[in-house]
Amino acid sequence: MQVIKDKQIIANTWTYLTDDEPLLTGDVIVSVQRWLQDKSALLAHEGKIGVRVTSTDAVADLANDLQHIELIELNFPAFADGRLFSQAWLLRERYHYHGEIRATGNYLPDQVFYLSRVGVNAFSPSRVEDITTTLAGLNTFTVKYQPSVN
Amino acid sequence: MYQYNQDDQTLIDERVAQFRDQTDRYLKGELGADQFRALRLRNGLYVQTHAPMLRVAGPYGLISSNQLRKLAHIARTYDKNYCHFTTRQNVQFNWPELEKVPDILAELASVQMHAIQTSGNCMRNTSTDHLAGVCPDEIADPRPYCEIIRQWTTLHPEFDYLPRKFKIAVSGATHDRAATQFHDIGLHLVKNASGEVGFKVFVGGGLGRTPIIGQVIKPFLEQKHLLSYLEAILRIYNLFGRRDNMYKARIKILVKETGLEKFSDMVDAEWQLIRDGRELTSERVEQIKAHFIPPAYAADAGSDTSFADLQAKHPAFATWVKHNTAAHKIPGYRAAFVSLKAPDSPPGDITDTQLDAVAELADRFSFGEVRSTHRQNLIFADVKQADLYDLWQALEPLKLATPNIGTVTDMICCPGLDFCSLANASSIGIAKEINEALDDLDYIHDIGDLKVNMSGCMNGCAHQSVGHIGILGVDKKGTEWYQLTLGGSSENEAAIGERLGPAVAKDEVTNAITTILDVYIKNRLAEESFLDMVKRVGITPFKEQVYASH
Repeated sequence: MQVIKDKQIIANTWTYLTDDEPLLTGDVIVSVQRWLQDKSALLAHEGKIGVRVTSTDAVADLANDLQHIELIELNFPAFADGRLFSQAWLLRERYHYHGEIRATGNYLPDQVFYLSRVGVNAFSPSRVEDITTTLAGLNTFTVKYQPSVN
Repeated sequence: MYQYNQDDQTLIDERVAQFRDQTDRYLKGELGADQFRALRLRNGLYVQTHAPMLRVAGPYGLISSNQLRKLAHIARTYDKNYCHFTTRQNVQFNWPELEKVPDILAELASVQMHAIQTSGNCMRNTSTDHLAGVCPDEIADPRPYCEIIRQWTTLHPEFDYLPRKFKIAVSGATHDRAATQFHDIGLHLVKNASGEVGFKVFVGGGLGRTPIIGQVIKPFLEQKHLLSYLEAILRIYNLFGRRDNMYKARIKILVKETGLEKFSDMVDAEWQLIRDGRELTSERVEQIKAHFIPPAYAADAGSDTSFADLQAKHPAFATWVKHNTAAHKIPGYRAAFVSLKAPDSPPGDITDTQLDAVAELADRFSFGEVRSTHRQNLIFADVKQADLYDLWQALEPLKLATPNIGTVTDMICCPGLDFCSLANASSIGIAKEINEALDDLDYIHDIGDLKVNMSGCMNGCAHQSVGHIGILGVDKKGTEWYQLTLGGSSENEAAIGERLGPAVAKDEVTNAITTILDVYIKNRLAEESFLDMVKRVGITPFKEQVYASH
């Protein structure tokens, strides 16, 4: 599966593990809950660690651990659930997170411009045909009225 | 009024291109109906009973003659020769074809207009006092702040998918004519002890199913902190507003369930972290204020004597002046209403011919500008008193001079069952029936200041819960019934109307209204307004008469 990162199409190297799946080799993404519970085991993991945040999680829970987390996945339960837009902003502006923030799940390619403005730099389109729309969507507007992350 | 610069124009042009692409993808089947719905709503496009409805933003009510002509052109070319003004100073077209909407938006963009964020769960058009900049009771002109807020809210990347819609209104006068206490955020321009202009901030007001009066969250917010404070409120709302139940998703419910004190603490904690480094500079405010400098008023306008003479000579003109004009801060000028409440026309509607004519009159008499009002009329803000007679004579044959502003027939009314897919009951037909029953202007004028608001469903688009008399259409087993309330107000002493009793049948509404008016006429004290009498005697005397025959 391909993803878009910093406006480039690249191959995805990350695997999401549900809370009851054993740790795999390679780059893995776990839930916030699993990260908080199994932190020491995950820190010992050879591959990179990512954390999946959904709209009901609080990114403040990750604030002290961000140096260990190379990717934060914002997993949309529904595209109309705008909480993750603020979570992205908080990660970048309040907690100064510099790693990858990737949008996954049920969001629209029509939302990627706003997502990029609040600090999301990677997108995992749910359909192959959305890759083109996503790339185009990142350049929808050339002007803006208010400050945000970008 | 505000003139777009190149960036403003680019933004709305790019928005049109974006929506054109989205419409194409939807029509090709590449974009699902639910996804397209969220996107089209953010461009003002609803799908209604008969056809799509397009809501165009009237930024805080200001419309130039050039823009009016464009609205007329759109009504003629893409619709059935009319449009409708709403309580939030917007304009609605009821019959556009979905496929043509991108073209309509491109037409609007050519005159610096758009339909961005006029619906959907996002920050909506900012509304204000229709007498902004001209009323004698003004503390500061709200329009520059409205424009600053318009820009800040437009395409805000973080707050476009809120739990529910979010409306901001600004008042700059001592008398609140913008229903600010019934907005998600209401801003009153105030001055502190040292004379600096700032804002008294209300939060959590709203109408709809659960009408709630906004509460003061900040008695004095410095001008420079306006946008950071709004951002703090919006971030708390976006993160913590309820998303499990759309009827409990407005900020008013979050404020109510959290409690004002705790909510205010949450906002303050957020605000402390962001307020420094993003102040609204006084240079920026001045730059925007430059767009709203007063027009070139005639210095000798106040020395005119013809105005008094003409009123003495033409009683019908004097009546119109009394009811349809308002005081102006410049001697020799008045603001003149264009009544969109002619007896035989749906409240708030205006035809293409009337729009063109109003544009012409705006150019002749009011510096090429008109405003839409919260009560669904238009107003020329800057008319020389010496010109009022000519203006009145021009408005008369256009059926735009019904002298009923602020009276019982100046009803706020939603489109109701005739157009709206949400409605449970009709409203336009009832308005017409009430108008027919109240065809005696002297009687209407004798009743005086009376605000009747009628909505065809619980969503309350016509603000029935804050009408002095409120009429709410409800569905009872497939038939239309109407619940009446008395004593509501959206002005300074904000109040939610009290229910009179059980809902009345459709064919009894007009009779109930005339009965209420009779009770008022018979029992009022000298100079006592309807609202004051309701406050004094309560609803019982009205209730006894309305339900007497049951």
